[in-house]
Amino acid sequence: MPTDLDLPTPEQRSAAIDLRSPERKRPDREFVRFSRLQRTLHACMIVSFLSLATTGLTLKFSYTGWAAILSRFLGGFQVAGFIHRTAALLMFGVFVTHLYSLVKLKKREHRSWRDFLLGPDTMLPTPQDLRQFFATMKWFIGMGPRPQYGRWTYWEKFDYFAVFWGIAVIGSTGLTLWFPIFFTRFLPGSFINVATVIHSDEALLATGFIFTVHFFNTHLRPEKFPMDTTIFTGHMPLAELKRDKPMEYEALVASGQLEQHLEEPQPEIVVHTIRVFAWIALSIGFSIVVWIIYAMLFAYK
Amino acid sequence: MLGPTRRKFFAPGTALTLLLAAGTIRAAASPAQSPSSDDCLACHSDKTLTTKRGARTVSLFVDGKKFSASVHGSLGCTACHADLEGKDLPHSTPLARIECGTCHSEEQKQHSHSLHGRAIARGDALAPHCVDCHGNHDIVPVSNKESAVAPLKVPFVCGRCHREGTPVQTNRQIDQHNILENYSESIHGEALLKKGLVVAPNCASCHTPHNILPHTDPNSSIARRNIAATCTRCHAEIESVHRATIRGELWEKEAHVLPACVDCHQPHKIRNVFYSQGMADADCMRCHDNEQLKAANGRSMFVRAAEVDGSIHARPRTQTAPIACSQCHSEVNVSRLRPCETITHPVDCSRCHEQIAQQYQRSKHGQLLAANDPNAPTCKECHGTHHILDKRDPMSATFSTKVPELCGRCHREGQKAAVRYVGTQHEIVQHYRESIHGKGLLKSGLTVTATCTNCHTAHMVLPRTDPQSSVNPKNVPATCGTCHHGIEEQFEQSVHSRLVTTTNKDLPVCSDCHSAHTIRRTDETGFMLDIMDKCGRCHEEIAKTYFDTYHGKVSRLGYTKTAKCYDCHGAHDILRVADPRSHLSRANVVATCQKCHATATRRFAGYLTHATHHDPKKYPFLFWTFWGMTTLLVSTFVISGMHTLLWLPRALQMRHELKAEEAREEAARLNGAGKPGGEEGQYAD
Repeated sequence: MPTDLDLPTPEQRSAAIDLRSPERKRPDREFVRFSRLQRTLHACMIVSFLSLATTGLTLKFSYTGWAAILSRFLGGFQVAGFIHRTAALLMFGVFVTHLYSLVKLKKREHRSWRDFLLGPDTMLPTPQDLRQFFATMKWFIGMGPRPQYGRWTYWEKFDYFAVFWGIAVIGSTGLTLWFPIFFTRFLPGSFINVATVIHSDEALLATGFIFTVHFFNTHLRPEKFPMDTTIFTGHMPLAELKRDKPMEYEALVASGQLEQHLEEPQPEIVVHTIRVFAWIALSIGFSIVVWIIYAMLFAYK
Repeated sequence: MLGPTRRKFFAPGTALTLLLAAGTIRAAASPAQSPSSDDCLACHSDKTLTTKRGARTVSLFVDGKKFSASVHGSLGCTACHADLEGKDLPHSTPLARIECGTCHSEEQKQHSHSLHGRAIARGDALAPHCVDCHGNHDIVPVSNKESAVAPLKVPFVCGRCHREGTPVQTNRQIDQHNILENYSESIHGEALLKKGLVVAPNCASCHTPHNILPHTDPNSSIARRNIAATCTRCHAEIESVHRATIRGELWEKEAHVLPACVDCHQPHKIRNVFYSQGMADADCMRCHDNEQLKAANGRSMFVRAAEVDGSIHARPRTQTAPIACSQCHSEVNVSRLRPCETITHPVDCSRCHEQIAQQYQRSKHGQLLAANDPNAPTCKECHGTHHILDKRDPMSATFSTKVPELCGRCHREGQKAAVRYVGTQHEIVQHYRESIHGKGLLKSGLTVTATCTNCHTAHMVLPRTDPQSSVNPKNVPATCGTCHHGIEEQFEQSVHSRLVTTTNKDLPVCSDCHSAHTIRRTDETGFMLDIMDKCGRCHEEIAKTYFDTYHGKVSRLGYTKTAKCYDCHGAHDILRVADPRSHLSRANVVATCQKCHATATRRFAGYLTHATHHDPKKYPFLFWTFWGMTTLLVSTFVISGMHTLLWLPRALQMRHELKAEEAREEAARLNGAGKPGGEEGQYAD
């Protein structure tokens, strides 16, 4: 499942390069890993997810003083509820848009579903992922070299499908809580209670996972510390591609397509803005983790 | 105790004797003849002769000796027992009641018109007949000290019914209390009972023996118009010493404009003190009008005449004449040059305000006074002295809007009452002012709003631990109910009412939820949120589970828009859920949900408003859902956490190598500046 969806065609790319400066070869071209749509969706996802987490946790941890302050700050529980539902709609929108973009890409590239889903850059788990997982374990305990990861590592795939699971579980229970009267037409009233427990605990899992494991895997890993901006800028230094995704790099070099995936870096101002946005998102995420730990361990009732 | 047994034993014998006697009489005197006293005594001299009247066993014994010594001794039995006239013996029972009026027609007439006679006519079982006072077969002249109605015995005869605690005193409308005790302590009672002066007045002297009438009856010997005449029967010259009112006949002719004897000398409590109605106010003011007048201890003795004139005592509600100085400042002696020099006691308001004084004595204030506590407030601390005004007078210190300040004088924080108080109520006056009652009274000026005295009473102020206190938990609903009657009605039907629920636990009353001095509007956010903790004080578990639900969580955040305890359970009309009248009964629950969720259905009402995932027995599906989710959560975090931890050292190592490589490349670039790099070098930065 290739995701470099909206990469310009080679013709467009060479034209763009020529147009900029045929004589001056920009030495600092970067590898394009994420398309504009993907970056936009990820940014929307961040906004939506942080809103959902913040507003939702005020209810979950209503017994902490923090929750009351935050709830007031957000404009009261009704406003918080409105934000929560709006953010949920945004999340559904992101999800649907992503699925739609996959279908569109498949059509544009005239590929069969089989090829599309099981090709070398697929997002679906493959036996190779299992092998790489074990190889990674060996590497962790010093019994082997670092595996030669491809375009999508197994933990990235895990993150990706965790969102599918989360949207299905949290989304469905969330809708039940949003429209209880409608759902109790065919479900018992106590199902609302069950939905509350599932919604709340699955949300805790999602926020906890994203703000710790996902943050570490992508941003806080010492070799990326403090932040990996690839998902925001879409660009990644070629050296990093070579180091992190050697298999993809080699495949691109072998097929001679590497040149097509290179682009000059984002303007300084864009990168700067992106960093500010990413830092805010990271900080909110970390604050929420601190709040969760405080609420779960020190103030639990 | 032996009676019934003996009676059984002797009964056949007695009956036989009676029959034989009757047979003899019948044989001796063939035409029917009235039985003689001896005939009667043939049976009635038997001390064991008894009969049953209802549940009581009554002796039918007649002491022949006593009877012949009595005033009626010369008469035959049938003179009184007229229904036996011409009857054969043994006679059928019961006999008709004796009509004393046949001979004593005047007394009988008086008695029939009297309070007692009318009670008999009404069929009042407690009403006294002739025999109840006079006895029956052993009546002797009143002059005989053996007489049941001899002067020395009268108080006890009357006291049999008019003592405290008797059915008459408790069940009949009698305004006077402790009649017998007061009488025995009065100058009359002392004279009669202690000194044995048989001429001293007893009950009958004032009330008359047979013509006893209520004082409201104009014909009564103790009616206002007649009282002087009644007293002057003994105190014949009293009018001539009653300087202020004598002018000869005024007392009797214009009794309605003058104080009657009892205004000063209270009935039954007539004391051995000198009440000088004759001491005119002007006599007092001759000295006390002087602003410089001071007592030996420097206290001003000046009396502002205008104050007295403006006071309620200048225009008392109960009488037309103003209260004179000497009625309160008793013990004056008009024969002295300074009549007041004989005064030894402070003013005793209880002479007139007896009932209030009784309440006061029972109150905490009165108890302190009795204990000689210097902090004890007396009447004048609240009511003042000469310028006492009616509590309905806005200028009065006891006018409702002024009461908080009045009580606050001592009960404000730091003042003498507050410092000795050990309970939980503090800043009482300040809190009251901010409470809904305080605002209603002081800001909105609603004089009907509850102030201190409405809840604590004015005179019988008692700590809440006292069962008689108006603020004792047992009495609180009734106290609040004096104004909030509709609420009281609801509350007394509810599960919290002592009338409904019997438990050894404390049941809540108004003040437990609404507080005492900090009562707030119930539509205030603070109140609405507090109330859940109030319910939770007793219903701890169920309140906790409420806070596990959406309703509870939102409330916890400080918002009142979601359902709180009373939105579903009701506030004052809380009933068991199983009660069909309850808001949460099967018939009502959907309507209760619909108060907020307009389109709620029965299935929607199946939402568990107190569900908790901590109770595997009651809510197994929630419990297992929670633990399923928790297991998922914990295992995810354990696996990914381990992954991360194992990764960390490798990642650090990579970072190290990366830095070292960068440093090497940097060094190489600096050394070989300008040298073309490899193809990779082109992209490397």
